[in-house]
Amino acid sequence: MNKVYSINGPVVKVKNATDFTVMEMVYVGKDKLLGEVISISEDFTVIQVYESTVGLMPGEEIIATGEPISVTLGPGILTNIFDGIQRPLNKIYDIEGSFIKAGTSVPPLDQEKEWDVSFKISVGDNVEFGQIFAEVEETTLVNHRLLVPKGISGKVKEVKSDGKYKIEDILVKVEDKYNNIHELNMIQRWPIKKPRPIKNRLPLSIPLVTGQRVIDTLFPIAKGGTAGVPGGFGTGKTMMQHQIAKWCDADIIVYIGCGERGNEMTQTLDEFSELIDPKSNKPLIERTVLIANTSNMPVAAREASIYTGVTIAEYYRDMGYHVAVMADSTSRWAEALREISGRLEEMPAEEGFPAYLPSRIAQFYERAGYINTLNDNNGSVSIIGAISPQGADFSEPVTQNTKRFVRCFWALDKELAYSRHYAAINWTLSYSEYINDLSKWYNKQVGVEFLDARQKFIKILAEENKLMEIVKLIGKDVLPDYQKLTLEIARVIRVGYLQQNAFHKEDTFVPLDKQLMMMNLILYLQKEANRVLKQGKAFSLLTKTNIFDKVIKVKYDIPNDQLVLFDNYYKMIDEALHAIK
Amino acid sequence: MNLQYIGLKEINGPLIFLENVKGISFEEMVEIKLDNGQTRHGRVVEINGDLVAILVFEGTQDLSLKNTTIKFSGHAMKIGMSENVLGRVFSGLGEPIDNLGPVYVDKYLDINGSALNPVARIYPRNYINTGISSIDGLTTLIRGQKLPIFSGSGMPHNDLAVQIVKQAKLSDEKDEKFAIVFAAMGVTNDVANYFKKSFEEAGVLDKVAMYLNLADDPIIERILTPRCALTAAEYLAYEKDFHVLVVMTDMTAYCEALREFSSSKGEIPGRKGYPGYLYSDLASLFERAGIVKDADGSVTQIPILSMPNDDITHPIPDLTGYITEGQIVLDRELHQKGIYPPIGVLPSLSRLMKDGIGSGYTRDDHQPLTNQLFASYARVMDARSLASVIGEDELSLVDKKYVSFGELFEEHFISQGHKNRSITDTLDLGWKLLSILPKDELDRTDEMVLDRFYDQQEAIHYFNIKDKTIIRELKKEGN
Ligand SMILES: Nc1ncnc2c1ncn2[C@@H]1O[C@H](COP(=O)(O)OP(=O)(O)OP(=O)(O)O)[C@@H](O)[C@H]1O
Ligand SMILES: [Mg+2]
Repeated sequence: MNKVYSINGPVVKVKNATDFTVMEMVYVGKDKLLGEVISISEDFTVIQVYESTVGLMPGEEIIATGEPISVTLGPGILTNIFDGIQRPLNKIYDIEGSFIKAGTSVPPLDQEKEWDVSFKISVGDNVEFGQIFAEVEETTLVNHRLLVPKGISGKVKEVKSDGKYKIEDILVKVEDKYNNIHELNMIQRWPIKKPRPIKNRLPLSIPLVTGQRVIDTLFPIAKGGTAGVPGGFGTGKTMMQHQIAKWCDADIIVYIGCGERGNEMTQTLDEFSELIDPKSNKPLIERTVLIANTSNMPVAAREASIYTGVTIAEYYRDMGYHVAVMADSTSRWAEALREISGRLEEMPAEEGFPAYLPSRIAQFYERAGYINTLNDNNGSVSIIGAISPQGADFSEPVTQNTKRFVRCFWALDKELAYSRHYAAINWTLSYSEYINDLSKWYNKQVGVEFLDARQKFIKILAEENKLMEIVKLIGKDVLPDYQKLTLEIARVIRVGYLQQNAFHKEDTFVPLDKQLMMMNLILYLQKEANRVLKQGKAFSLLTKTNIFDKVIKVKYDIPNDQLVLFDNYYKMIDEALHAIK
Repeated sequence: MNLQYIGLKEINGPLIFLENVKGISFEEMVEIKLDNGQTRHGRVVEINGDLVAILVFEGTQDLSLKNTTIKFSGHAMKIGMSENVLGRVFSGLGEPIDNLGPVYVDKYLDINGSALNPVARIYPRNYINTGISSIDGLTTLIRGQKLPIFSGSGMPHNDLAVQIVKQAKLSDEKDEKFAIVFAAMGVTNDVANYFKKSFEEAGVLDKVAMYLNLADDPIIERILTPRCALTAAEYLAYEKDFHVLVVMTDMTAYCEALREFSSSKGEIPGRKGYPGYLYSDLASLFERAGIVKDADGSVTQIPILSMPNDDITHPIPDLTGYITEGQIVLDRELHQKGIYPPIGVLPSLSRLMKDGIGSGYTRDDHQPLTNQLFASYARVMDARSLASVIGEDELSLVDKKYVSFGELFEEHFISQGHKNRSITDTLDLGWKLLSILPKDELDRTDEMVLDRFYDQQEAIHYFNIKDKTIIRELKKEGN
């Protein structure tokens, strides 16, 4: 029998054990705490425990399971909320009440619920890993495609008829080439640290449309792409992730609350159950799964939560869906790595983080991609990771290493947040490397003017940046009128376009065609105003017309479904500027 | 199981080590008896085969390898709880120190608590009326929130905490039970007495449970003090339906105690010597705030921390800010200007306010007012820094107006002394101040709201009474 020898927080050691394998899942002690083997040497096997070890005694038994830490994949994942090791928090609440105890073992998915299954194969068909063998309406929004699990291929011997079944009911029998019979039900297990196989990767060419102007216009992310969102506390990382989770055009959302606040998860759960998706008129929760490992839950499970989330994402991707993963916050995950590494007395690299931090970050983001699935459908996983840099200092290891592996960088700025300019994305520090890959799509789907207008916006903002250097030293009054106009247009762009109010009914989500129309309107205002200046009229006369503020408020005043109203604004600009004597 | 051992293997800082120990569990509590009759308390912090490390809360002075007897309790640290803790004073370890005898015990509870299931939480929405404009108006405190005060030495954080406690009326006052739990960590006797006296003056002393680990008390004991206090708070809120306000001061002293413990254990330090798990440790305290479905009570936390060197990027305020639901930041410059409470509104934030204000809670114009005040006051800072370069006289007309607005805002809105202001007064005052600015500068609000609340004539009239010079200036420049 393998026994606990030493205990130090979540790290438990076993002496002289032989029968473990690295990354194997184990049960520790009489409460059967879930753990994972992280290293084996002649003397000691080291195990990290995913639950609180308070009360554990040396000498208690450790049981090997022969399987790496895995998730259970099948219908019932969506609308659910799990902890970092996929324990269903709703069920746990029903059983145990308000507080989570260690050693609770509940199956992740509802075993009693009956699902309507319709089969896609018949007796005599050949099936193989990854093939769709049946469909289940998991929610009114999502058709869950049941995939043949790994290791099974052969001829279908038996298929149940379409109808209602529970997840563990046997649906199909397959005979392999050695005449062994394999039984398929609705669930399969997959190790969380192992990426699910694909046929091949495809180039990224379609944006993940978020409805957030500063992202879609200035720093877009591709479907299958990656983005890092660093920012000090209170700069809006979580709000940003909520906004994207609510409004982006993915089919499935995996929202991972990794070491963050309990109330935020409650809020997400409440809000997503109430909010109606504008496209489908169904509650947003129907396409969402939440992984909640809050800051006060055990730290090892926090490390696992990221992998649990991304594995679930890959599973839906393999059905041919576009999945967006929100990870808030990857810094807490990195800190969990650091904490465990410290307990293992590993040599620390930068700021106490283990030397393998960069490779872990890389492995995580590399699980994103736009791919051809084993069943020849297209699917994607996009990953958006929040980063919480210590002291809001972007030179720290997690930010720096993430920057190496993500291709969108949305830097949130304390100063902007202090003046309540949200989304507080700093337009000089942020970038997207996808813009070239996506240009074809924008040109075709939104219009060639879109990227043109974008370029003009960037130029105006850069000019403002330069001019502000001067203004900071000598004030605005001394600038020539045409530069004052540049500053004024830049203000219109900042306040009227980049800044977006998440709490405003019309402004919270803005479709691309409205984004383009807003840009065109602002650029028209610039052009006309410039013309008026060239006629020798003073800039102060322009501001008196109030037209700049009218254009700033377009975002509130023109509803998303009444874009014809833009015409009025062109008239308004013409009239206001004509009236200047 | 009550195992007893005589003698130690090693003493190192606050840690003692025992050999040949069997049948003890991780984080179990122990009692340490000295030959001279003293009793101390400790906790198992590491087990290595039959070698255990025990953290001694009261410190290891006077301990020798021979003169000690160790008794294992068989369980993690628990303290006795009942409603009778209200009106009592306890040590940092949760033992009564007010000479009123033991407390009746209804239940023994593990001071570490357990994680609240997010599914069990109710998202907090009801605001607490503190009567302080810069809080109610701009960083609204919500029942069930954790909202720390970031301060620095010499600033009036204690006065502010006391004022909040005194004036905090719950926005919907029914027959609700209200209690205060106060935890002092490493503060001086003076400070503890000041709080006690203030609670007395407010007539709430019988509703307060105090847990005191003062500056001259054992340092390591501090690690347990907030846990005892929060255990009391959770008991009162979730089992007895009290609305509990927890004031914890000074979190910086708590973190320093944790650092001392960590370094004595030889752990690899993170930033500034604080342990790498400081975030998780603080979270295990701050996350013990909230409202749950199964009870009518709530736990609201107001931790106070002094920022070393007024540096908000120091690990303690930094990690705190990442865990709490906002922060109230005190500003030394305002303090030096004689403004009380000196709340620096720009870095201050209440994350929960967005769902706890507006129609049905405070007033429908609250959110736009807040947005606009923040934005306009941020512009004041730009105007001021420009003025410090080119001189105030050289400012443009608009910038001058911002400067005046900034002064009036600080003088009338932020500064309010110990007065209690209703939410209506606070909001009206906010609009009056904004009306000092040209209407088209108010770009965070839509026209409809402005039409209702923007009134420059009245504003000039209102502030004219007190600030003739500024207003004359404003009128002269015209709009
Ligand atoms: N787009 C937005 N519109 C309006 N308000 C916003 C927006 N983004 C952020 N805010 C405000 O900023 C506050 C803090 O945002 P958020 O909680 O997302 O910060 P965070 O970066 O996740 O902080 P932490 O790292 O501490 O979790 C919110 O409570 C909200 O008041
Ligand atoms: Mg956040």
